[in-house]
Amino acid sequence: MSLFRGRRILAGAMTLVAAAAMTACGSKTTDEASATGVTADVSGDTVKVGLLNSLSGTMAISEVTVRDSIMLAVEEINAAGGVLGKKIQPVGEDGASDWPTFAEKAEKLISEDRVAAVFGCWTSASRKAVKPVFEKNKALLFYPVQYEGLEQSPYIFYTGATTNQQIVPGLDYLKSQGAKSVYLVGSDYVFPRTANKIIKAYATANGMAVLGEDYAPLGSTEFGTIVNKVKSSGADAVFNTLNGDSNVAFFKEYKPAGLTAASMPVVSVSIAEEEVKSIGTQYLEGQLTAWNYYQTTPGAANSKFVAAYKAKYGADKPTSDPMEAAYVGVHLWKAMVEKAGAFDVEKVRSASDGITFDAPEGLVTVDGKTQHIAKTARIGKIGADGLITEVWNSGKPVAPDPYLKTYPWASGLS
Amino acid sequence: MTAVTPAPPAVRPAPVDAVPPDRPAGRARLRTAAGFAFGAALLFAVAPLMLSDFRLALLAKYLCVAMVAVGIGIAWGRGGMLTLGQGVFFGLGGYAMAMHLKLADAGPGGMPDFMQLYGQLDELPLWWRPFASPWFALPATVLLPMAVAFGLGSLVFRRRVRGAYFAILSQALAAAMVILLIGQQGTTGGTNGLTDIKGFFGYDLDDPVNQRMVYFIIAGTLLALLALTRQLIHSRYGELLVAVRDGEERVRFLGYDPASVKLVAYVVAAGMAGLAGALFVPAVGIISPALIGIVPSIEFVIGVAVGGRATVLGPVLGAVAVAWARTALSERFPGTWTYLQGLLFVVVVAFLPGGLASLWSLARRRDVGAQPARRRWLSLGRRRVERTEVPAA
Repeated sequence: MSLFRGRRILAGAMTLVAAAAMTACGSKTTDEASATGVTADVSGDTVKVGLLNSLSGTMAISEVTVRDSIMLAVEEINAAGGVLGKKIQPVGEDGASDWPTFAEKAEKLISEDRVAAVFGCWTSASRKAVKPVFEKNKALLFYPVQYEGLEQSPYIFYTGATTNQQIVPGLDYLKSQGAKSVYLVGSDYVFPRTANKIIKAYATANGMAVLGEDYAPLGSTEFGTIVNKVKSSGADAVFNTLNGDSNVAFFKEYKPAGLTAASMPVVSVSIAEEEVKSIGTQYLEGQLTAWNYYQTTPGAANSKFVAAYKAKYGADKPTSDPMEAAYVGVHLWKAMVEKAGAFDVEKVRSASDGITFDAPEGLVTVDGKTQHIAKTARIGKIGADGLITEVWNSGKPVAPDPYLKTYPWASGLS
Repeated sequence: MTAVTPAPPAVRPAPVDAVPPDRPAGRARLRTAAGFAFGAALLFAVAPLMLSDFRLALLAKYLCVAMVAVGIGIAWGRGGMLTLGQGVFFGLGGYAMAMHLKLADAGPGGMPDFMQLYGQLDELPLWWRPFASPWFALPATVLLPMAVAFGLGSLVFRRRVRGAYFAILSQALAAAMVILLIGQQGTTGGTNGLTDIKGFFGYDLDDPVNQRMVYFIIAGTLLALLALTRQLIHSRYGELLVAVRDGEERVRFLGYDPASVKLVAYVVAAGMAGLAGALFVPAVGIISPALIGIVPSIEFVIGVAVGGRATVLGPVLGAVAVAWARTALSERFPGTWTYLQGLLFVVVVAFLPGGLASLWSLARRRDVGAQPARRRWLSLGRRRVERTEVPAA
């Protein structure tokens, strides 16, 4: 048998390829459709919005709570008559904790369902994966999670904190408490690595020593070595950017090693009420967190939000910062659309500047230039009851500064 | 194992996996040509006419996965090497292409955006530089994976590492590559990977017309790979490969070197995965560690198992079916689709051990009464081949 017996088939296939390449030669000019983007379908008496969260995979535990609070906001708005007289019709998709899947589903929501806006995403990697999709289609994403900053897409509204609304206040608080040295522990991905770059720049400028920097793979539960290194470093405090399950393992090693909130406090930026519940308060009592919202935040807007959430999803369900930011995102979108008088993305964007909302976290204001929102920074202490109580706040909303341009020490960062 | 070893031709027809030499070659060739024409019509005419831009882009993505599957079909289905680390080769091809496209987007002397953000680099790292040239990057998408596979394969096969040990080794390689990429955030983009790819050799990827062009390139490449695969497995080498799979020691005693035979299949599979990765990048616009780690590597193999690993077309059918089911189920049942997908795998593996491709021979066995006796032998033989493969994996 010869290797080339079916030469003709091979030749045929090659011809096909060549033919395909010729018939399909693309155009280098951008045509109408992509120049104007996909327009949302608002012809009926409802308007579709996309909900893009991980309902399966490692991120599901966190992202499902975000989905729940988006749904709560949608129901509230619909009960009050909808947006511009149209009821919101939510279209849910599962990002499956997989970044390319997020991109695929975003494209589906925009071009097949023709939604007016999309709410969701959690990890920075998923946001980076969908960003080109939203920019290409000129569609809107409302991103509800605190993140590492250094980004400003014209088609994303960031309703979570950027670094100067969470990490920098956390560091300021440590400094005010007399911390002269910190140890950095984080998961191995973009947010902790970028956050730690910012922390190191801050530390250098503020005479704070960084005694060590360790990363564990996402989902890792081996913290014996890291905790020993933290202990022997003798640092005044630990800045923790671990995410997910790793926090459970870290704190379960931390306390038995003889480290306490009094001797070496840990400031965490990814532990909210939901995570406190799963880690166990006995390991966390007295430790610090940096956020913009806690379930215990005072105010009528928050009492109403907490009561509505518990009534819908169960009395044992806590509310947390990302959930609140997602809830705020939906309401802000409604306010922008109503100010613009249309669902058109460009009109909504130009109407966004100065929009305010009496959010559960307090008054928030949209900054039209950065498309981030001004929010109050809050440092909290984890209590024995699993709730977090505020020990310090910034007094007034902090204007967003995603590229840290107003901080001289951060000049080399972006 | 004896059941699969070809018996003397006087007693039994030649091995079913190959076209029997005594059979009129014209008919088989005609059938293959008809199959190819049908496939080409489906991919080049029916799909572009029936599907929206979004669905066509998804199909392009599935076809890339199918290319990896074709390679696994050769290495695993034909060569008995369970490669649980094809993501590495897919990733090498994908990153090589994405690096070139990122550099092309950045323009001459420019740097990809993320490097300043995460790496605070002032100039392009040395190992990125050659990828600025398409004359280096394009061949590298295929040759780099092949070179890695060659290096690894020569070490492993000479030492007669096989079975579960080989599978574990290939998987460890995938894990190692992911850790390496994530750790080097400043130069690789870390967990984010390389995203936001705008152009493809001067063509704007945001333009639906150009997306369509990418689809046609992918469909054409897949057909070409299938033709190549058919040639390969029907050649003398293809039979030797099956012989090595079913009785490596025997082949060695016959004077062949099984290590080289396996190496060729492994390297070819790696090249196909690299090519798939390279085409995946313009089709989807992203390459990230999440696409090349342990889980996606296993998903490639699941597609092949579902389709039927020992046939030419089986892996393609399986890969496309699994990827399509994933999309369709998750769109319809966003909350419960993972269970349904799992159920699908269980059902196929339990009731169709030969994969979707064996449906064809099963259907032929049904109307066996009308067929001449020799036909029956063929289908029975085929089933038997597929059963005995399981321990070999």
